[in-house]
Amino acid sequence: MNDMTPVQTTLKDWETDQEVRWCPGCGDYAILKAVQRTLPQIGADPSKTVFISGIGCSSRFPYYMETYGFHTIHGRAPAFATGAKLANPELDVWLVTGDGDGLSIGGNHLMHVLRRNVNMQIMLFNNEIYGLTKGQFSPTSREGTRSPSTPYGSFDHPAKPAAFALGAGARFVGRGFDVSKNLPDVLKAAHAHQGAAFVEIFQNCIVYNKDVFNDFAAPKGAEDRQLWLADGEPMLFAKGTKGIALDRDALALKVVDVEGDDWQSAGVLVHDVTNRSVAHMLVELPFGPFPMALGVLYDDPAPTFEAGVAAEHDRAVEGKENNLAKLLAKGQTWTVSGTAQDPI
Amino acid sequence: MATQAADQREAAVKSENPEAVVVRFAGDSGDGMQLTGGQFTLSTALAGNDLATFPDFPAEIRAPQGTLFGVSAFQINFGSTAIETAGDAPDVLVAMNPAALKVNLAALKPGGLIIADTGEFTKRNLDKAHYTANPLEDGSLAQYQLLAFDISAHTVEAVKPFGLGNKDALRCKNMWTLGLALWMFDRDRKPLQEWLKQKFAKAPDIADANIAALDAGHAYGETAELSGPLKQVHVDPVATEPGLYRTITGAEAVSLGLVAGAQLAELPMFFGGYPITPASAILHHLARLKEFGVTTFQAEDEIAAICSAIGASWAGQLGVTSSSGPGIALKTEAIGLGIMTELPLVIVNSQRGGPSTGLPTKTEQSDLYQAVYGRNGDAPMPVIAARSPADAFECAIEACRIAVEYMTPVMLLTDGYIANAAEPWKVPDPASFAAFPARFLTEKNATDVEGNAQLLPYKRDEKGARPWIKPGTPDLMHRIGGIEKDSQTGNISYDPANHQLMTDLRKQKIEGIAVPPQDIALGEGAGKLAVVGWGSTFGPIHQAVRRARRKGLEVSHIHVRHIWPMPANLGELLKGFDKVLVPEMNTGQFKTVLRDQFLVDAQPLTKTSGQPFKIAELEAAIEEALA
Repeated sequence: MNDMTPVQTTLKDWETDQEVRWCPGCGDYAILKAVQRTLPQIGADPSKTVFISGIGCSSRFPYYMETYGFHTIHGRAPAFATGAKLANPELDVWLVTGDGDGLSIGGNHLMHVLRRNVNMQIMLFNNEIYGLTKGQFSPTSREGTRSPSTPYGSFDHPAKPAAFALGAGARFVGRGFDVSKNLPDVLKAAHAHQGAAFVEIFQNCIVYNKDVFNDFAAPKGAEDRQLWLADGEPMLFAKGTKGIALDRDALALKVVDVEGDDWQSAGVLVHDVTNRSVAHMLVELPFGPFPMALGVLYDDPAPTFEAGVAAEHDRAVEGKENNLAKLLAKGQTWTVSGTAQDPI
Repeated sequence: MATQAADQREAAVKSENPEAVVVRFAGDSGDGMQLTGGQFTLSTALAGNDLATFPDFPAEIRAPQGTLFGVSAFQINFGSTAIETAGDAPDVLVAMNPAALKVNLAALKPGGLIIADTGEFTKRNLDKAHYTANPLEDGSLAQYQLLAFDISAHTVEAVKPFGLGNKDALRCKNMWTLGLALWMFDRDRKPLQEWLKQKFAKAPDIADANIAALDAGHAYGETAELSGPLKQVHVDPVATEPGLYRTITGAEAVSLGLVAGAQLAELPMFFGGYPITPASAILHHLARLKEFGVTTFQAEDEIAAICSAIGASWAGQLGVTSSSGPGIALKTEAIGLGIMTELPLVIVNSQRGGPSTGLPTKTEQSDLYQAVYGRNGDAPMPVIAARSPADAFECAIEACRIAVEYMTPVMLLTDGYIANAAEPWKVPDPASFAAFPARFLTEKNATDVEGNAQLLPYKRDEKGARPWIKPGTPDLMHRIGGIEKDSQTGNISYDPANHQLMTDLRKQKIEGIAVPPQDIALGEGAGKLAVVGWGSTFGPIHQAVRRARRKGLEVSHIHVRHIWPMPANLGELLKGFDKVLVPEMNTGQFKTVLRDQFLVDAQPLTKTSGQPFKIAELEAAIEEALA
């Protein structure tokens, strides 16, 4: 996000007059509301806010936001967003992508926008399926996913969006899920981060991959299966009865039991959002043996790409003038005098 | 030039004051032939000759030494009359090794002069060039004039005082050769000496050694008591339009034209590029022009290069991208989005031999179908083709103008020949071009049924262009995208009548672009034969038509800049000729477009060898057509 003067808005100000065309019950509705709730809270200005998306169900998002919006082509939204941000760094850029758009056809661009650290919020809606094309398995589908293109079950190993982002050099990695009440807080943290902020949002595709995240997202038993990370707070879950500690011999994380409130003696780690080593372990944490790590997994700002471009520009133009006539006549020249002659 | 001059080429080396001379420098890709040629070009320009060049080099950066495929050549045609091609057959061939001789000998004019470095005609190098006997000694070059001596040894001797190792000493060979060439054509050495001092400012020893080699080569010509072919030749300055001149390559001209175009549009320029031969030079040039409001972005791939440029255009800058055929193929989907969202964008295609990777360093005009037709859906786009390095400047400005005035992507076609070749260029006055300032919408542009101000992002102006609305403008928030849009609001619309209307509107907008009427490059506006060209074939076609006309043949030359939409009068013009011949460096692509648009019996004359047309080839075709 940018430094900006807060603007007073309400949720309604961010809604368009367009009929929302997602399937009834789709997780996208909840994410849309979460975003529309978040923007007034951060004082965003609709006329300086842009939503840029690729192709897929998630990428219809800009049509429903009363901001500037660009629904581009499959997988390439990060490149459009990079050009727009360089052309006008004042814009507050939100990028909307999905697991197919961002990690399959657009994996290359996602990698580069993250490593360049272009200042924007990147929301990857992960529903582990291709929805708009009617249910084929996606790069995040779990092994064995049966779909029209994998009638006998998929066998390729799924990509891990948060691990991909961190590996690509992201300086902010957050996670949430569609119906989570904490999602606006994750988005606010992403917006506050100067640089490319990557947020993986688990999203329920009720038609082609229904309830695939229920094992951690369902309200019942959520306490035991969700690890909400907060900077400076111990990594506790299951109502404080369990925590995450470092297995120093294996150089890996482990789940430990906590007696009473004494998480210290159980060795529970205190979350430091700037600790990249721990972030690498958190994004790789297998769900099942571990709870799902949610919230802000990593947040350690670094200089942004557009700041680098601006600084390079200032250095390069110093002492030089914008004089086209001189530019055209640059180099070794000679003067011809006399009269012209028709060569024929 | 080669107007009368071309006819008198036979006399070039024999006469001491010819009108035009063609020299080809050929050597190993490590021998610095492109640099030698470039510097010789500069000295030629400074001597006031008109000129055209043809750099011809391998795709490999450092091909194995001495091999046939590692040969790099630079041809220059210069004269005292207007020069429009790099020349058909060289009068002088400088061969730095056996491979260079073998590859280039066939091109040399009978009776032409060969200057060869005997120091490189060793058994090993002869074997690499597949020579069983030394051609300098076996009499096989009898039909040429041969001047063979040990340039290597002379160079080593000349740079001895500077204590260079043998390898470094031999690297000065090209300067020695250049020195000899400068003597031969009566040129001033001073600009070169200064250039060397500047180039090697950080290594004065190297500069001195190179200057010594240059001087030694020059002195060799001056003092050696050579009998035979080596004579000093003076080519008079060309009589040309008065003014300030410089040499320019197509890549430079495109870059400068884009900068000028952006300034005429009063816009900052955003250039998204990705390295590809032969287009990279444009990215390199623009990267150094930040003080002109240029941002260059080397993207992760061709797709990101164009998408970033479209993103920048959306945000209010002039987006530009550049590539060659394979890269343009990758950009195609994004071009479609640019057409659909109606945003300004300039796409430069420096064409090369294809298909696929094809011939990266050789020239071809085979992307015309790709430019005119190569997209999914009905996706019309203006296409402009530059005819020469200098012409590329104006074409780039024209591309910017159309993009901004009509809110559309525009493709500018050049090719490997134009991109790399140099020619003298009369430096234009920027004030002589009409400005076309971009206009941005700042308030709502309509009123709804209830009388409230309303934004209609697809409401068109008299040109059929929609308004350009910068994100960040208060109260004009709206959404655009690749899905079909309502013809007024821009909201998603699957309505059948609306899609029909939008398809028609997009087509009409492009067809309605104001394109200057087609002129006749040479000859009458009707007659027996029109030779219709586009792009870099201008020079050879022009010369061939000129020669044919001098023989009394009724032939005209028409050269088309606006490939799409075409000038409104072109169809009628072509119908005024009995025959229409379309020479092009592809299998007949423009011919097809002409037939389709005008139902004329355009006949193809095609060449896809990676080499430009020779004047003689075209002349023969003209004679055959009129026989």
